[in-house]
Amino acid sequence: MGDTKDAPLLAMQGISKSFPGVKALDRVDFQLWPGEVHALVGENGAGKSTLIKILAGVYSMDSGQTLIDGKPVDISSPRQASKYGISVVHQEFTLVPQMTVAENIMLSDMPSRPGLRLLVDKKAMVSGARDILDDLGVDISVSSPVRSLTVAEQQIVEVAKALSRKTRILVMDEPTAALSNVEVERLFKVIQTLVSKGMAVVYISHKLDEVFRISDRLTVLRDGRVISSSPISRLTRNEVVKQMVGRELTGMYDKPEVSIGRPVLEARDLLLDPIGQGISFKVHEGEVLGIAGLMGAGQIKLARALFGIERVYGGEVILRGKPMRISSPAKAVETGIGLVTENRKEEGLVQLLSVSKNITLTVLDAVSHMGVLSSRAEADIVSDKIRDLDIKTPSPKQIVRNLSGGNQQKVVLAKWLAVDPDVMIMCEPTRGIDVGAKAEIYRLIGEMARNGKAVLLISSEIPEIVGMSDKVVVMHSGRVVGELTGAGCTQEAVLRLATGGSAVGA
Amino acid sequence: MEPKSFIDVLRRFGMAFILLAMIIALSFMNPRFFTISNFLTIMRQVAINGALAAGMTMVILTGGIDLSVGGTVALAGCFAAGALHATGNSWLAVLVALGVGLIIGSVNGFFVSYTKLPPFIVTLATLALARGFTLVYTEGRPLLVDAPLFDMIGGGFVAGIPVPVLIVAMVYIVVGFVLNQTKFGRLVYAIGGNEQACRLSGINVERNKMLVYMWCGFLAGLSSVILTSRLLSAQPTAGTGYELDAIAAVILGGTSLSGGEGGVRGTLVGAFIIGVLANGLNLLNVSPFYQDVAKGAVILAAVLMDKAFHSTADSR
Ligand SMILES: Nc1ncnc2c1ncn2[C@@H]1O[C@H](COP(=O)(O)OP(=O)(O)OP(=O)(O)O)[C@@H](O)[C@H]1O
Ligand SMILES: [Mg+2]
Repeated sequence: MGDTKDAPLLAMQGISKSFPGVKALDRVDFQLWPGEVHALVGENGAGKSTLIKILAGVYSMDSGQTLIDGKPVDISSPRQASKYGISVVHQEFTLVPQMTVAENIMLSDMPSRPGLRLLVDKKAMVSGARDILDDLGVDISVSSPVRSLTVAEQQIVEVAKALSRKTRILVMDEPTAALSNVEVERLFKVIQTLVSKGMAVVYISHKLDEVFRISDRLTVLRDGRVISSSPISRLTRNEVVKQMVGRELTGMYDKPEVSIGRPVLEARDLLLDPIGQGISFKVHEGEVLGIAGLMGAGQIKLARALFGIERVYGGEVILRGKPMRISSPAKAVETGIGLVTENRKEEGLVQLLSVSKNITLTVLDAVSHMGVLSSRAEADIVSDKIRDLDIKTPSPKQIVRNLSGGNQQKVVLAKWLAVDPDVMIMCEPTRGIDVGAKAEIYRLIGEMARNGKAVLLISSEIPEIVGMSDKVVVMHSGRVVGELTGAGCTQEAVLRLATGGSAVGA
Repeated sequence: MEPKSFIDVLRRFGMAFILLAMIIALSFMNPRFFTISNFLTIMRQVAINGALAAGMTMVILTGGIDLSVGGTVALAGCFAAGALHATGNSWLAVLVALGVGLIIGSVNGFFVSYTKLPPFIVTLATLALARGFTLVYTEGRPLLVDAPLFDMIGGGFVAGIPVPVLIVAMVYIVVGFVLNQTKFGRLVYAIGGNEQACRLSGINVERNKMLVYMWCGFLAGLSSVILTSRLLSAQPTAGTGYELDAIAAVILGGTSLSGGEGGVRGTLVGAFIIGVLANGLNLLNVSPFYQDVAKGAVILAAVLMDKAFHSTADSR
């Protein structure tokens, strides 16, 4: 649509960037026209976030140049980037948890009292923040601390923050990774409004369906190189996948047929709220039990209760026939339960430690003898997992913080696969993970089932739940509203129950 | 990670270079500085702060702080002197000092871990408690110690090396080993890096934090033995301000106050920077009033320089 103009709004030319041991970007060209949504896709570690961080002045490039309106510019700090009208919603959140929504949104541009530059004009701040949220059509209290928001709400605040500045180029690095369908729709509406006003949007995502819906043009990166860049109308989903991973992908949800064994974990009338309704389910050896529901329907709370983090008000957990009181995560792990947490940064990883040290954090007993660590034993486990999960890292000694988002997620999975618990609870295990790696993780879930483990798969991606689970328990506002198996377990049925409708013929 | 450029070297050994520069400068400024006997003096001085700083490193690595070590030094010293006075048994006196350290460490650890009070507040309180008990016990008077074996610890030599130096060398070897090679040491870093992630990995965070404070208390007790033995008396006001020197050594050594990063090797360098500085200022006849000013300024300058090394090394 924007091709009518002779100079693109943004042109990045011949951008290269290396980190120790990694060539993250190799002579990348990228152009952006006003009024377009330009999708940037590629495998984990392909270099998407790095390109964006160079644009945002977070990293400096090794070579290449950036032009805005056809004129070369030097963006060497985030401040400068915002001067050129570039706003970025980064993959990892950058909110200050203790501050209010309004303060966070207006952080970079605090309105001051007329004549008193040092004093913050609270009223203007609150109303400014509220205006932006109203434009986004969301109902979040501007005076509540960001800490108290759900992940999805935080994501919205993150977008709102980017919009508080004068923005010509809005970059979103996996903005929908933690959003529910409704919220995604809302975000798309916002994007469309912004674009119609002439703003240009760079949209990074692993969710190709979304990419195809929202974008006008698509660029594929692989191993730091541009593989293709063309209007979306000329592409098909399969072509894009092939360009991303360099091969054809078949059979995403290839779950092996496993005969289901004895019950492993059972919940009986588990009360997660003093006044709620009990939750009951049973999961067997070799079974993948999906727990579906919209975001915030109580699945995560349930997972955390089973792992001893969330308080339980009543009911029983029965493990291999014996009632169990799981009072702490340490106890849970001891009894053979593992939990892949929902957010990797806060709960999954020690960012400052290496890949290797993060992976063995759950199995320190196994890699030590009388308290002394064996580097051999550690190296063995770690190299296995790096290979199994195809974690892209220059070395096991790399600090986790330096890995790409998706590869960080794989490290979280690796540390639990290293434990090999009898019951594996996985919350959003494929969040931020590319298609190829997703298939790999589904294969690993299948493998666990084949080895007689019980898997609790908690995800807001309904196709994934339906594709992988033997049985699906659907939750809606804190309650179990249905159980689906076999032919009755379709995406439509799950969605209907999850949104509060009733099961048909069940 | 592998390439070792000049910048990398600067970054890793920045503080060691600063120490070296100080030594060279002081050698030119005063001929008595660069002598074996003076170095032995410095090492003996460094020993006391060094032992404290080793424990402090562990605590700070977990993201905590221990302000009570100075008070522990005083209380442990007085109890040890009391025990020595009552029984004449030097070994018992040592055990009492170490025991007092362990107890205060356990109290700190218990409140920090299990009541989730901020370490700053807990250890500030135990500092006051330890100081108070010391005054109550001694009624404000110093207690003399006089037992050949006990006096050996602070003043003796083995193969020409002062005993305190040997003790502290051992401490650093042991703590270095614990931090780098053991499961507990790994957890110290991991807890400092992200406590919640550790908890959710099934780690007993509370127990390990408790242990860290116990180590710190134990090493304060050890430090107190060296001090008491060297002074041949237990002073009720001993160890005043020692917590600050220990923290300064840790920070100079590059351990991050927010936890998770650093190590005991750097702390040793930091302790030496402080020790060499104090010794140099003495030799140069700088008035004690100005010595603190100089110390503050040097700490600030050293940390700034180190930061400069780091930012040139961070190839953005
Ligand atoms: N600060 C850093 N230090 C060292 N290496 C880095 C750093 N940032 C990124 N890398 C490396 O650069 C490569 C590209 O990473 P980048 O974050 O751009 O990937 P991505 O395409 O955004 O992947 P994802 O989909 O997983 O988010 C990866 O191999 C990563 O490990
Ligand atoms: Mg990324």
